[in-house]
Amino acid sequence: MKHLAIAAGILAATSAVAADKPQLTVYTYDSFVSDWGPGPKVEEAFEAECDCDLNLVGVEDGAALLSRLRLEGKNTDADIVLGLDTNLITAAKETGLFAPHSVTADYTLPVDWTDTVFVPYDWGYFAFVHNADLPAPANFRALADSDTKIIIQDPRSSTPGLGLLLWVKAAYGEDAPAIWADLADNIVTVTKGWSEAYGLFLEGEADMVLSYTTSPAYHVIAEEDASKAAAAFDEGHYMQVEVAAKLANSEQSELADQFLTFMVSDKFQQIIPTTNWMYPAVTPSSGLPEGFDTLVTPQKSLLFDQETAASVRDQALSEWLGALSQ
Amino acid sequence: MAGRAQPVTPWPGIGAASLVAALILGTLATVALRAETGGGFNPADWAALRFTLVQATLSALFSAALAVPVARALARRRFPGRRALIALLGAPFILPIIVAILGLLQVFGRAGWISDLLGTVGLPPIQIYGLHGVVLAHVFFNLPLATRLILQGWQEIPAERFRLAAQLGCGGMAMFRLIELPMLRRILPGVLAVVFAICLTSFAVALTLGGGPRATTIELAIYQAFTYDFNLGRAALLSAVQLALTTFAALAALKFSRGDGFGAGLNRAIRRWDGGTPVLDTLWILAATAFLLLPLASVVISGVLGVFEMPILVFQAALTSILVAVASTAILLLLALPMATAIATGRTGIVELSGILGLAASPLVIGTGLFVLIRPLANPTDLALPVTALVNAVMALPFALRILVPAARDTVDRHGRLALSLNMNNHTFFTRILLPRLRPQIGFAAGLTAALSMGDLGVIALFADARIATLPLQIYRLMGAYQMQAAAGGALLLLILSMGAFWILDRGGRWHAEA
Repeated sequence: MKHLAIAAGILAATSAVAADKPQLTVYTYDSFVSDWGPGPKVEEAFEAECDCDLNLVGVEDGAALLSRLRLEGKNTDADIVLGLDTNLITAAKETGLFAPHSVTADYTLPVDWTDTVFVPYDWGYFAFVHNADLPAPANFRALADSDTKIIIQDPRSSTPGLGLLLWVKAAYGEDAPAIWADLADNIVTVTKGWSEAYGLFLEGEADMVLSYTTSPAYHVIAEEDASKAAAAFDEGHYMQVEVAAKLANSEQSELADQFLTFMVSDKFQQIIPTTNWMYPAVTPSSGLPEGFDTLVTPQKSLLFDQETAASVRDQALSEWLGALSQ
Repeated sequence: MAGRAQPVTPWPGIGAASLVAALILGTLATVALRAETGGGFNPADWAALRFTLVQATLSALFSAALAVPVARALARRRFPGRRALIALLGAPFILPIIVAILGLLQVFGRAGWISDLLGTVGLPPIQIYGLHGVVLAHVFFNLPLATRLILQGWQEIPAERFRLAAQLGCGGMAMFRLIELPMLRRILPGVLAVVFAICLTSFAVALTLGGGPRATTIELAIYQAFTYDFNLGRAALLSAVQLALTTFAALAALKFSRGDGFGAGLNRAIRRWDGGTPVLDTLWILAATAFLLLPLASVVISGVLGVFEMPILVFQAALTSILVAVASTAILLLLALPMATAIATGRTGIVELSGILGLAASPLVIGTGLFVLIRPLANPTDLALPVTALVNAVMALPFALRILVPAARDTVDRHGRLALSLNMNNHTFFTRILLPRLRPQIGFAAGLTAALSMGDLGVIALFADARIATLPLQIYRLMGAYQMQAAAGGALLLLILSMGAFWILDRGGRWHAEA
C-alpha cells in the first residue's frame, strides 16, 4: 500500500504545478495527446501566447470522448472538447452542453461549413491503403468482384469502421446491403480498432486495409517509404471532418474562445498534417508539407449532413450486421 | 467442516472477499444507477450471448483437455531447462492483447509462417478466421495457465504415494487411475471454470480471429452500449449477465471439485518410476512448446528490429508499469492470503465466489463505475495508477486463489488439529505454519499477478492523461501513431519485464524447494 501512497503523492504533486495561471482543459482523443500526436506542439504554441496552462486530457477515441462527456454532464471539467466528427455532432448537440462559437475562417474543406457550434480543425478521406505494386480496384463493385482481400474495422467500436459504413451507404443507398453481401468474401476479418487492422495489413494478412488517403503520407514523410498507396474509388470517398467546441458551462469562456480562434490559425494548422496525418481545415500560408502532393485526390467527396448521418447510422449498421453475419 | 474448530480465523478473509464483492457489484450498481434509459435484450444480444457461450465452452474444454497430457508429461520428465520452459510457457497469458493477436497471426495467419510453408509445397494458406480461430487463440492464451494449475496438482501429490505405487508394481495406467485421476477430478473443474470465465469477457481476440460480426461477444456489446449508443442501462444489464454466467460456472466447478486430498507427506523430492512412454511425453512437450513459443518468437523477432527506435518515453512508461505491478502484487497478497485461508477453513461459498467474480467483471464497467464514484471526491486522473493497480489485483485474484487454495486446504487439514491441541493462536498458525508451507504457491501467484498487471491495459485508458502512461498504453499509442516497429520494440521490452517479474517471484517462492 505504501507504493500506492507514493504514486498518488507524486501524481498529486505534478498536477499542482502552475496552478496560479488560468487553466484551460481540453478533452480530446488519446492519439492527439500522445507524444507523436499534435498535443505537445499545440500545448507549447498555445501556452506561448495565452499566458495560461493548457491541460490536454486524452480519452480513447471520438466516440468514447462523447460518452465521457455525457457521463460527466454539466459538471464536466472540460472547457473545450476537441476530436468529435460530423457523425457525432447531432448526438453531441442533443446533450445541450455546448455553446455557439464566434470563429470565422477561410476553410479549405471540400464542403461548406456553416455550423454555429462546432469548429472544424482537420479532415480527411477514408480510403483503402494497399502496397503500391497492387493493381487496386476502382470502386466497391470492382473490389467485390475481385479476389482482393481487405481488413476493415468494426463500426460499433471504431471511427473508420463507422466511416466505411456511411461511405457505402452514401454511395449506394438502398443497394448498400447487396454491396456488403458481395464484399463479404473479400473481408479477411473485422477488427476492434484501426491499430489492429493496420498492424495486420503491414504483416501481409490482407491486400488492402481501411484507413485514410493521407496514410501513405506518413510512410513517405516519416519513413521515406513510397511503397504504400491509397486506392481512388470512382464513386467518391467519404469524408471525416474533425471538430471542436466550447462547453456552455466553461469557467474560462474567453480563453476557450481564444483557443478556438487559435485552432484555425496557421500556428495550429501547420502542426496537423505531420502529427495527426490529416488535412488541415485551413491550409496554412506555408502550404502542405512535401509528400502530401503525392496523395490521391478523390474526384467526389461524400458526406452525410449531421442529421442524416445520425438517422441512417442505425439502419446502416443493421444492414451491415445482416450481410456479414450470414 | 465449517462447524469444526479451526486453527485460524476466517474473518479477515471474509472481510477481504466482501471488499472485492463490493468493488465489483458496487461499480456495476453505480453504472446502472447513472442510466437514463433502461436496457432490454435485443435479438443481436441473444446472438452475442449464444456465440459467447459456445466459444467460451469450447475454449475451456480444449484448453483443459490439452493441458492434461502436457502437464503430465512435464510432471513425469526431468530435463535440463525444464523450469525455464515452464516459466516461458506462461508468456502468452501476459502479453497485451493487440501484441498477442499480431504474434499469433504472424504464425497462423493467411500470410503467416505456416501458410508460407504450405505455399512452398503448393498448398493454400490456412483458413484461421472463424470459430476455430477464436478457440485456437483462446487455447494459446489459456493452455499455459491450465497447464500450470494442473501441473501444480501433480506436484502436490506426496512423493510417498508414487513410491508406494511403484513398490506395488503399478504401471503407467494403474498409476493414472489410482493417483492421478482423483487429483484431476479435484483440479479440473476449477481450471475449466477459470478458463471459461476468462473467455467470457473476450472481445478483440474473438472479433479479430472470428473474422467478423458473427463473432460478436457480450463484451463487444457492452463496449458498443458505452460508446456507440451511450446506453448505460444496457451496459449494466449485459455486464450482470456476464457475472451471472461466471457465478453459475463457478458454483458448478465448486460442486464438482469436492474430494479429499492425498494427505500428508514428508515433502521429499518426487521421483517417478512409471517411465512408460518417454516418446509420447516428449512429443506433447515439443508440440506445446512449438504452439506457444512460435508466436512469441515472432513477437521477439519484430521487437528486436524495433528496439532501437523506441523513444525514451517507452522506458519511462516501463518504470510506471513496474510500479503498478509492485502495487498490484502487494494488494493481491493482502486480499488473496486471508481469502485462501478462509476457504481452507471451510468458508467456501461467498469467499470463493467473490474471488472468481473479478474474471467476469467487464473492465469497462469497473472502470466507468470507479470513475463515477471517484469524480465527486477527487480528480480521477490523479488516481489513475492506484486505480489501475487495484483493478489489476482484483482481476488476478481468481488465478491467485486457484493457486493458493488447494495447498492452504491441505495445510489446514494436516496441521490444524495438532495446532489446536497445542493451543497455538491464529497469528502463530498463520505466520509459522501456513505461510511457510504456502511459499511456492505465494511465489507463483505473486509472479503471475506482477506479470499480468504489467501487461494488462486494464482501466488506465479510462483515467490517463498525456502525462501518465503504462507500457501497454504507450504501445497502443505508438501503434496509433503508425509507429508499429517501435511498438513492437515496446512489446518485447514488456515481455522481458513481465517474464522477469514472474521468474524472480516464482523462483523466490521455490527457493530451496523442488519444483
